[in-house]
Amino acid sequence: MSDSALLYPGTDWDFGTIQRIYDRVERVAKELKLDTYPNQIEVITAEQMLDAYSSIGMPLFYKHWSFGKQFAQNEVMYRKGLRGLAYELVINSSPCISYIMEENTATLQTLVIAHAAFGHNTFFKTNYLFKQWTDAEGILDYLDFAKTYIAQCEERYGQTAVEQLLDAAHALMSHGVHRYPRPRRPDLKTEERRARERLEHQEHVYNDLWRTLPTAPAKIQASLSDERRKALLELPQENILYFLEKSAPRLQPWQRELLRIVRLVAQYFYPQSQTKVMNEGCACWVHYKIMNTLHQQGALNDGAFLEFLQSHTNVVYQPEFNDPHYNGINPYALGLGMMQDIERIVVEPTDEDREWFPDIAGKGDATAVLQDIWANYRDESFISQFLSPRLIRQWRMFHLFDDAGASELKVEAIHDEHGYRRIRKALSRQYDVAWLDPDIQVVDVDLAGDRRLIVHHSVLNGILLAENDTRQVLQHLSDLWGYDVLLKEIDPATGAVLKEHAASARATFF
Amino acid sequence: MPMHIIDRRLNPGGKSLVNRQRFLRRAKALVQRAVRDSSRERSIKELEQGGEVVIPVTGVNEPRLHRSNAGGTRDHVLPGNKEFVEGDTIPRPKRGGGGSGSEGAPDGDGQDEFRFVLSQEEYLELFLDDLELPDLAKRKLVAAESVGWRRAGYSTTGGPSSLAVTRTMQRAMSRRIALRRPKSGEIRDVEAEIAALEAEADGDPDKIEQLQEHLDLLLQRSRRIPYIDPVDLRYRRLEAVPRPVAQAVMFCLMDVSGSMTEHMKDLAKRFFALLHLFLKRRYKHVEIVFIRHTHQAEEVDEETFFYSTESGGTVVSTALEEMATIIAQRYRPEDWNIYAAQASDGDNLSSDSAKSATLLSDAILPLCQYFAYLEVGRDEDPMSSGVVPRQTDLWQTYDRVRKADAPFAMRKVWHRRDIYPVFRELFQRRDVQAGAE
Repeated sequence: MSDSALLYPGTDWDFGTIQRIYDRVERVAKELKLDTYPNQIEVITAEQMLDAYSSIGMPLFYKHWSFGKQFAQNEVMYRKGLRGLAYELVINSSPCISYIMEENTATLQTLVIAHAAFGHNTFFKTNYLFKQWTDAEGILDYLDFAKTYIAQCEERYGQTAVEQLLDAAHALMSHGVHRYPRPRRPDLKTEERRARERLEHQEHVYNDLWRTLPTAPAKIQASLSDERRKALLELPQENILYFLEKSAPRLQPWQRELLRIVRLVAQYFYPQSQTKVMNEGCACWVHYKIMNTLHQQGALNDGAFLEFLQSHTNVVYQPEFNDPHYNGINPYALGLGMMQDIERIVVEPTDEDREWFPDIAGKGDATAVLQDIWANYRDESFISQFLSPRLIRQWRMFHLFDDAGASELKVEAIHDEHGYRRIRKALSRQYDVAWLDPDIQVVDVDLAGDRRLIVHHSVLNGILLAENDTRQVLQHLSDLWGYDVLLKEIDPATGAVLKEHAASARATFF
Repeated sequence: MPMHIIDRRLNPGGKSLVNRQRFLRRAKALVQRAVRDSSRERSIKELEQGGEVVIPVTGVNEPRLHRSNAGGTRDHVLPGNKEFVEGDTIPRPKRGGGGSGSEGAPDGDGQDEFRFVLSQEEYLELFLDDLELPDLAKRKLVAAESVGWRRAGYSTTGGPSSLAVTRTMQRAMSRRIALRRPKSGEIRDVEAEIAALEAEADGDPDKIEQLQEHLDLLLQRSRRIPYIDPVDLRYRRLEAVPRPVAQAVMFCLMDVSGSMTEHMKDLAKRFFALLHLFLKRRYKHVEIVFIRHTHQAEEVDEETFFYSTESGGTVVSTALEEMATIIAQRYRPEDWNIYAAQASDGDNLSSDSAKSATLLSDAILPLCQYFAYLEVGRDEDPMSSGVVPRQTDLWQTYDRVRKADAPFAMRKVWHRRDIYPVFRELFQRRDVQAGAE
């Protein structure tokens, strides 16, 4: 087939069309030297897309009522037309699975393949966070293991017991990630073997006689020194689920395993939350590039290209702050804006760019520079490094300071020489998970006394935790721990305790 | 590496069904209340359709640790500056509209209601959940008389028509294999071999004889071990099981004399519709008989029943007679569960009272599973006039029939909103009712 031949005449497509589209897109992607996982494209219906939505996009997942809640919510929004469905959904796995909806026109399918199967795919494969934290080849197998294991637990211990434990674990999910690397790769075989061996061992050593032994008088232990005790418990620990899995005194082995599953799932999604802007920016830049190339080569006719542009502009539209549609900064818009800006800096820099970005200005090869960025940054570092004064001016960004104590908001910085760096810093903070998630750590356990767990929240900018939810989460934490829990909100500057929450364990799990 | 396109569209849908059921189960109390609330505003026809319900979010909240919306200092970077310069101050905009609830509200943070759609099936299930058909004792008695047949394994005896061919052949085959009955192919092979040797000029006579012997042995064996033996035979066994009567007939009796206003008929209709809906959920097959009466009764179709007016006096016993006749003609009490609902404004010819009472207690009630009498009033609160309403003739008559063990209930209804509570009251599960009273 010659390069100039039209890929498809109208809006209809069949599997042959998809294959042709894919081949053409792949050829352009090769020219861009994109490094990708092998692709698998799955055609699904709108209903299946809703299904996929409600199990956080994964093709298989364990059962829990909260996913049903999500489904009900999405369904009502979709039926009322308040929200359209995404054209695609892509899974960070190898092969990289992209779901495309059957309702899409041929042009949309082209866009989706370029966006997901190449844009997101290359980001998943090359970005350091994904490399460090996720195992694309093992994730589906692991989820299969998790699903089976949880189903088995339900049979063995009852649905209610499992549901209660998952409720508690989900409540702590946002604090169930390791923020600093200690790579561990969930692997189906070892996980299954571990669970099986554990069970076998228990059955093996089971002896009813042990039950009848009189308990020996407790040995008087030399009280451990504080440091030693904390070191043994790996305290302070910010991964609360990990701490519970390893150290909660009264949990059953299967309960620990469930905590582990929830924790590993949270860990798997941790890179995604840190790279929203970059991931979408990368995918949008790739699809924009590919679609333009296809149009130039004559593979798309003008009608199809206009259709693409319409969808594209809808996706990357950024309303201004006083627009009724304003709902925060659109990661697609910011991501694509920055990628295109970087391309401009690399290809045709101004004097300002040369001063601000001496490393990349005028280097000439935009794709190579971008690929290096995609591989080595996350949103926070990406913005603090590459948000250019020109883009700040273009977006007319300003920095607003909101002090609850004051009656008025203050404009701290605007898009001028004086404000660029401060705006850039403030914006990059907005994408720094360390600033976004409250810093909560397990600091100590009173092992000699009533086994009370002490948890600290280092308060940032004087913002306390939301009272209601915290009380509920703390109750869950206390139930899992099995004894009392005390959460202190501490001002890190002065060390003063601003607020305390306490919870006592109910007999939920024991 | 080649790219795979997979068509998942034909995969079974409803992957989220289990999760959805779990969600509904968890929020059951809340959803049920929402369903009841919403049913009050719906017309009877819409009742069956399912639809959107709203529940407070507290019941299905998924808490997590997050910072509060209030207090402290925050930084925002916003796009679209038009007039601000550094150091400007802006009055704080009013909160709200953006969906961010305020901290400390009783419903917690964020959105405070949760909205979703129930399917028709789910809606009715929740709507009629704790209702029960009265007089189950009698129904069981009735049920024992109808018998159904059900497959129950195999037996060694039976008629030819119930021969289980597959099972018989399986057994025959295993027996043949176990006893090493020669296969027909085996015999054919040996025969062919002999024929081949005989056809040859220099055929070895010893070999032929040997083969012939072998063949004889095989033939003998195959004669001795039959292909199908009487011990192989198996028959499908059927077992008699009592089958509950799965059909019901519902009699709707209504006074259509001039004193019944449109409003009263509307009330009656709603009650009948609810009853029908309820019976339909419990029985496979439900028939409805409409009997309207003035001073004479007749069976009519639904349209006529509700919408055509008649003039005349009011003699209730005619309707009861008509009902008894129809039961005798078409609905044997052994085969049918009989329910009746009567709606009236309470008027009756005073000379008819005794006859009605006797008819009801002697002829009708013994046949019925349940008889509900609904007295409909005008759309105004009878208490507002300050006069305690007089007991109507029919009410007084029926009140005398009412006994503790009779499958009979009577209620008064004035307003549309009372219909559903009254209905619930009548059909509430016994233990629930006992607890409530």
